[in-house]
Amino acid sequence: MTKQHANWSPYDNNGGSCVAIAGSDYCVIAADTRMSTGYNILTRDYSKISHLAEKCVMASSGFQADVKALQKVLSARHLTYQHQHNKQMSCPAMAQLLSNTLYYKRFFPYYSFNVLGGLDSEGKGCVFTYDAVGSYERVGYSSQGSGSTLIMPFLDNQLKSPSPLLLPAQDAVTPLSEAEAVDLVKTVFASATERDIYTGDKVEIVILNAGGIHREFMDLRKTDAFTEECMFMIDLF
Amino acid sequence: MFRNQYDTDVTTWSPAGRLFQVEYAMEAVKQGSAAIGLRSKTHVVLACVNKANSELSSHQKKIFKVDDHIGVAIAGLTADGRVLSRYMRSECINYNYTYESPLPVGRLVVQLADKAQVCTQRSWKRPYGVGLLVAGLDESGAHLYYNCPSGNYFEYQAFAIGSRSQAAKTYLERKFNNFTASSREDLIKDALIATRESLQGEKLRSSVCTIAVVGVGEPFHILDQETVQQLIDTFEIVREEETAPAEPEAAAEQDAATDQASGADQGGAGNQGGADQGGSPMDI
Repeated sequence: MTKQHANWSPYDNNGGSCVAIAGSDYCVIAADTRMSTGYNILTRDYSKISHLAEKCVMASSGFQADVKALQKVLSARHLTYQHQHNKQMSCPAMAQLLSNTLYYKRFFPYYSFNVLGGLDSEGKGCVFTYDAVGSYERVGYSSQGSGSTLIMPFLDNQLKSPSPLLLPAQDAVTPLSEAEAVDLVKTVFASATERDIYTGDKVEIVILNAGGIHREFMDLRKTDAFTEECMFMIDLF
Repeated sequence: MFRNQYDTDVTTWSPAGRLFQVEYAMEAVKQGSAAIGLRSKTHVVLACVNKANSELSSHQKKIFKVDDHIGVAIAGLTADGRVLSRYMRSECINYNYTYESPLPVGRLVVQLADKAQVCTQRSWKRPYGVGLLVAGLDESGAHLYYNCPSGNYFEYQAFAIGSRSQAAKTYLERKFNNFTASSREDLIKDALIATRESLQGEKLRSSVCTIAVVGVGEPFHILDQETVQQLIDTFEIVREEETAPAEPEAAAEQDAATDQASGADQGGAGNQGGADQGGSPMDI
């Protein structure tokens, strides 16, 4: 008797990439706006970024229904926190809450790959990176999602993160300026769009600094290089 | 007193058809310091008298933010009020989670009333000893409700509860016809005057009262002490032009004119010594 297999899956992957980079007094969080299923595009204009607290922004790729549910849970928990403590949650506190919320569903996980970015209580940029069940770490930069395999090595090369094994413990923020970091993010998404079919359309970039929150968009290629070449070949241009 | 026979527990009726424990709970509300609410078409203002136990202690928190569009002022057992506020906040959060829209005030007060009723029909419970003035905004406009320990609730144009609230109610009864069309500033001014009535002779300073506002385009928030003191100072000047209705008022007026400066100083000192209320988005 062979084991029975499910004839449907509760999960789907809507694709997309997310990136976050921490600076000395800012944090950049970015995600593309394409939502896909299989080889189809559902929409070119969907935000994967959620402003959880005043100084804390989350970008999540994966199964967007789970992402939406996760955002709602965190938002409700944040309201409760504000009622009890009379202040907003700090980014490290939200990071812990996110980890606990994810692990809570350890045996039916949120199919959500998250990066959390914001300012810590000293005003320095902080980025936390997660897996689907809540394992997390504070880092200087991170990427998640379908394009992360293309993006992460490039960020490693550019941002030269010191190894966590080196002592004394080094500061986990990049020496880049805010403008340089935003530029790097744009470069990184443009590159990922070339080869990852699930990344493209637009990139939404959120910048958190002492002055507050700032949001900008940049257009990306709507089609990938291979498809464009096919279209050219069969003269559909 | 003869009614001691039927007041041992809440599940015993008296021969006259009364539940004494519930009535005693409503007495507890009358013992608490005053809370006042008034509404116009677009705004609702809550005000309360904040007395500290002694000079050494901090003031009782009597006004709670429940959600961006709902706030509550309590009188009576403040601990019970705190617990009920927590319930109200949780209900608002859950409703918003499910329906992605704000909980209509009318629904919330019914839930609150039903919760209070449960405590009037269980032998192992006691009624909540707190009266709540619920101020809120929803699609049908601005609302002010009063929730009793008995489980009853009523909607009001203006109301006052707690000790010496009758003086405030008398003032509100004279003025309430104009409230619907009142501006936000006039509404706050009327709230301050009503608060002053319940202070009965004692000088109105921002350190003894708390004001909170909710309105169209204005989330529920508690005004900070400096703003309140400025408003008091503004209308104190105007008050000298108005005809004072009672003798104590006239005497107090003269005192107010002379110790205006010292009053402002006291207010200033109160600001520094009082609880930190500035800056937080959840000034509850």
